[in-house]
Amino acid sequence: MSAINSNIPEGELTDKWTKFKSSVPLVNPSNKRNLEVIVVGSGLAGASAAATLAEMGYKVKCFCFQDSPRRAHSIAAQGGINAAKNYQNDGDSTYRLFYDTIKGGDYRSREANVHRLAEVSVNIIDQCVAQGVPLAREYGGLLDNRSFGGTQVQRTFYAAGQTGQQLLLGAYSALERQIGMGKVEMFTRHEMLEVVKIDGKARGIIARNLITGELERHFGHAVVLGTGGYGNVFYLSTNAMGSNVTAAWKATRQGAYFANPCYTQIHPTCIPVSGDHQSKLTLMSESLRNDGRIWVPKKKDDTRKASEIPEDERDYYLERRYPAFGNLVPRDVASRAAKERCDAGYGVGSSKLAVYLDFKANTERYGKIEASKAGIHNPDAATCLRLGTAVVKEKYGNLFDMYAQITGENPYETPMRIYPAVHYTMGGLWVDYNLMTSVPGLYCTGEANFSDHGANRLGASALMQGLADGYFVLPYTIGAYLSKEISVQAIPTDHPAFAEAEAKAKGILDTLIGIKGTKSVDHFHKKLGLIMWDKCGMARSEEGLKWAISEIQQLKKDFWSDVRVPGTADEYNTELEKAGRVADFIELGELMCLDALDRNESCGGHFREEYQTEEGEALRDDENYAYVAAWENKGDGTFELHKEELKFENIKIAQRSYK
Amino acid sequence: MGSIANAFSSSIGKKLIMGITGLFLISFLIVHCFLNSFVFFDNTGVLFNEGAHFMSTNWIIRAMEVVLMLGLLMHIIQGARLTFQNQAARPEKYAYNNGNANSKWYSRSMGLLGTLLLIFLIVHLSQFWRVSRFTGIPTTDAAGNEDLYAVMKETFSNIWFVILYVLSMISLAYHLLHGFASAFQTMGWNHKKYTPMIKVIGVWFSILIPLIFAAMPVWIYLGL
Amino acid sequence: MSTGNMNLTLKVWRQKNNKAKGKLVDYKVSGISPDMSFLEMFDVLNEGLITKGDEPVVFDHDCREGICGMCSMFINGRPHGPKNAVTTCQLHMRSFKDGDTIVVEPWRAKAFPVIKDLTVNRSAFDRVIAAGGFISVNTGNAQDANSLPIPKARADAAFEAAACIGCGACVAACKNASAMLFVSAKISQLALLPQGQPERYKRVQNMVAQMDAEGFGSCTNTGACEAECPKGISLENIARMNRDYYSAKFVSEDEV
Repeated sequence: MSAINSNIPEGELTDKWTKFKSSVPLVNPSNKRNLEVIVVGSGLAGASAAATLAEMGYKVKCFCFQDSPRRAHSIAAQGGINAAKNYQNDGDSTYRLFYDTIKGGDYRSREANVHRLAEVSVNIIDQCVAQGVPLAREYGGLLDNRSFGGTQVQRTFYAAGQTGQQLLLGAYSALERQIGMGKVEMFTRHEMLEVVKIDGKARGIIARNLITGELERHFGHAVVLGTGGYGNVFYLSTNAMGSNVTAAWKATRQGAYFANPCYTQIHPTCIPVSGDHQSKLTLMSESLRNDGRIWVPKKKDDTRKASEIPEDERDYYLERRYPAFGNLVPRDVASRAAKERCDAGYGVGSSKLAVYLDFKANTERYGKIEASKAGIHNPDAATCLRLGTAVVKEKYGNLFDMYAQITGENPYETPMRIYPAVHYTMGGLWVDYNLMTSVPGLYCTGEANFSDHGANRLGASALMQGLADGYFVLPYTIGAYLSKEISVQAIPTDHPAFAEAEAKAKGILDTLIGIKGTKSVDHFHKKLGLIMWDKCGMARSEEGLKWAISEIQQLKKDFWSDVRVPGTADEYNTELEKAGRVADFIELGELMCLDALDRNESCGGHFREEYQTEEGEALRDDENYAYVAAWENKGDGTFELHKEELKFENIKIAQRSYK
Repeated sequence: MGSIANAFSSSIGKKLIMGITGLFLISFLIVHCFLNSFVFFDNTGVLFNEGAHFMSTNWIIRAMEVVLMLGLLMHIIQGARLTFQNQAARPEKYAYNNGNANSKWYSRSMGLLGTLLLIFLIVHLSQFWRVSRFTGIPTTDAAGNEDLYAVMKETFSNIWFVILYVLSMISLAYHLLHGFASAFQTMGWNHKKYTPMIKVIGVWFSILIPLIFAAMPVWIYLGL
Repeated sequence: MSTGNMNLTLKVWRQKNNKAKGKLVDYKVSGISPDMSFLEMFDVLNEGLITKGDEPVVFDHDCREGICGMCSMFINGRPHGPKNAVTTCQLHMRSFKDGDTIVVEPWRAKAFPVIKDLTVNRSAFDRVIAAGGFISVNTGNAQDANSLPIPKARADAAFEAAACIGCGACVAACKNASAMLFVSAKISQLALLPQGQPERYKRVQNMVAQMDAEGFGSCTNTGACEAECPKGISLENIARMNRDYYSAKFVSEDEV
């Protein structure tokens, strides 16, 4: 075990980023033209970085596995994006956003990074509005805000329930503009399979053209991975089907550390699993908790319909347990509370693994407000319901439609049934303050890195972080590295390091095709998912994790001896793509369990049953575990732990309370 | 870029030509329909022939006739070109396409309806326009005007021509049912307040005008 | 947990690659639950094919929650199948009956060549956006977001146009394989906002020119695109694009 250097600038917390920006070495325009940067991933973090780097004058190549950069899964983010604008005059500030994020992350993130995030959050909103992103507005024409979990101010900007889509399309259009000008070369339907390292520095990648199956070599003076999270290790998650860890995992094979893999966010408001056929889970935006009240029956195994359960027989357990934040407690807290109720036998629906999210009270409240606006003084219940429903429809219409579509039930009439599901992964490639991994020249942005959310991410902070990294942080910090590379000529791709990396990638593909076993890739993926969900999901224990590790090791053996990948490697072969990704997920799954086992405390999304307060809240151990666990992949199935101590100089570390 | 000429060669420009000429042809239909409906009010044909005489001698009308023919020609040629180009945009057809689920058959069949109307026009123009303009009308009526009405009576004594005319007016009705509102949309005139009104007017127009036209041969055939 | 008992006959377009000739192939699937999405039904089909040693049907899909725009099946003669306002991934098997025969084809358009089976190449859309579907503002140039008030109705209208997911159902549905709904949605979004004004007329000309170059057909106002759009993008956008195009070509004195 060795300590690692996070390269945090000296000085006061509030001055670090400003000072860094004024003192970071620059690259002059004529040199920028000769410097090539590879960006893998075209989501918020990738597209914004690629576009901005190209605007600055670098030669950029951008890769995505989808058919267009616009498809990246950032597009599915619903609720909103935080920014410390204080437009609502409710006392928000950079410090408060910083504080909320650190506290929300259960004091397991780096102060300097989070403060920088809070600082640039305001620029993001400005930038996006300038790009024509149609964020929601009030009647006066100014931007509207709403509340999200874990905060007591309204700082969340949104575009109906499609904020991620609108922000991504903004970044996508900026990227397409650069593509049109010839400054970014875009490679769609390409998957990165190896990082190429020359003399200890990242110098390129091996990418597979998914249509032809051809392996391509691409040089870059630096490589940026903005490849998203690894929630699909659980098979069922709210991630897209193609979301994967492969790029990040291959980077660990080249020496990049993987940090805090066990920090997984389980989102409390998802549509419950309906059957074994299910391929993915669908999130209902956290914004719904603004107006939806969560409850279960007070009676165990109550089989009555929701509408037949009278008010005094309902347990609004979040409001009961956390009066200060109520239904808007952070995600980890809300998820665990739902699991607790269901495990105790109070769950609803046919599976009994669901709780109600009920809009009735607030629909009526809105109805009364609307009625009084319309001059109706003693409105009857039907009028209230009608007027209130219109308000709810305006706010959440698309989410309600989506729910009706999937479940076949009408959420305007009966409460929604929801249950937690894997949504986001706070862990990721370890990066320093510059967003550089432990491999020089290899950077990592957005959800793919571990940097800003600690052990739990607050709602509407993922979009903020992805865009902060891509628009405002990486383009500066990468200059510090590239300014020292101006004399390096583009390395021809017939360099032995490229040949070696390509051979390695080819070897894996050929092996997968050659196994010709009996079980499909999905078979193994589902098995892995079940192990992970049961033993490394919302609650973890030493015993369970040890069992999971041995199960995963066995699964890995089975996979490599019995997987069936039809077709060949030199054609469009979606099963082969999946096989490669699942192979990496299996290895990652083991590391996640290992990390969860090492962390003998509960914090944020990591809940160890052995470590909880009498009231069932997460019990941290700041004495022994206030560190980032950065794991080095030794390549032979073992991992070495490196610790980065977390120092809290500006925030008083305390037990997190939302009561 | 930027020049007006190439504006018309773009996909939107080609549609603009269809829209402008379409609206122009619609305005012609109104005049044509108004004058021809004289046949309903005077079965001696004097009133009708009076109108026809005015139309064939007024120089403004004669000038507009040239414009009309050019407009018609442009509508036909551009329509044909668009139809072929649009077909080329989907070289491999669907094995099964349920177009009725998302659009009206006549909206999808403007090329076909237009072709039917073209065939009709060739017959129609050679029967009346060619005669009155070029070959000459042999007889005169009581007022001394060329007796175009007599040519009409002669033509529509043949049941097959009556049927052809009625069927063609049905084609025209469907062509208009799409074309009327569509022309406004192409011109960019889509407005929350006016478009619903335009659509209603379009439907009435598409029914009334062809209905009046179709009534003429039937009226005459029946000797009313 | 639901149990599946639907049995279906599928006629699926199989095409090895862009060069090969394709054909419809019949498959039987059984044990389908009404709660499955259409794509999950295809997962069942593919699992069966793989187990039998056949090659699975390749189709585009990613988010499976109706927002990424990747899924693109032409089902029983309609893009995204029989339900209005949904994508293929949001179509559930409860929209079908036991014993149904379902024909599944790829989008068909000259500008969307088939890659394999049900997968087509929609990069033409990206090139249309690259031709002008943006506001030229470099990172770091922006003024304060609230310095530019935008009337709510206008911002909402821009948002409605911006809700397009670029799936291509409009092209697939149109008898002319026209992309005007897609193109006009982006043009409208930016034309409705004050930020989009400086490049408004340049944008419409460049995007239309690129759209034409890609080989899409022209609009004949059948309304099929609007009817099939999973996001309810309105034909008003096409009229707005036409207006802007005429203004750009016949009124504006700016050269492009």
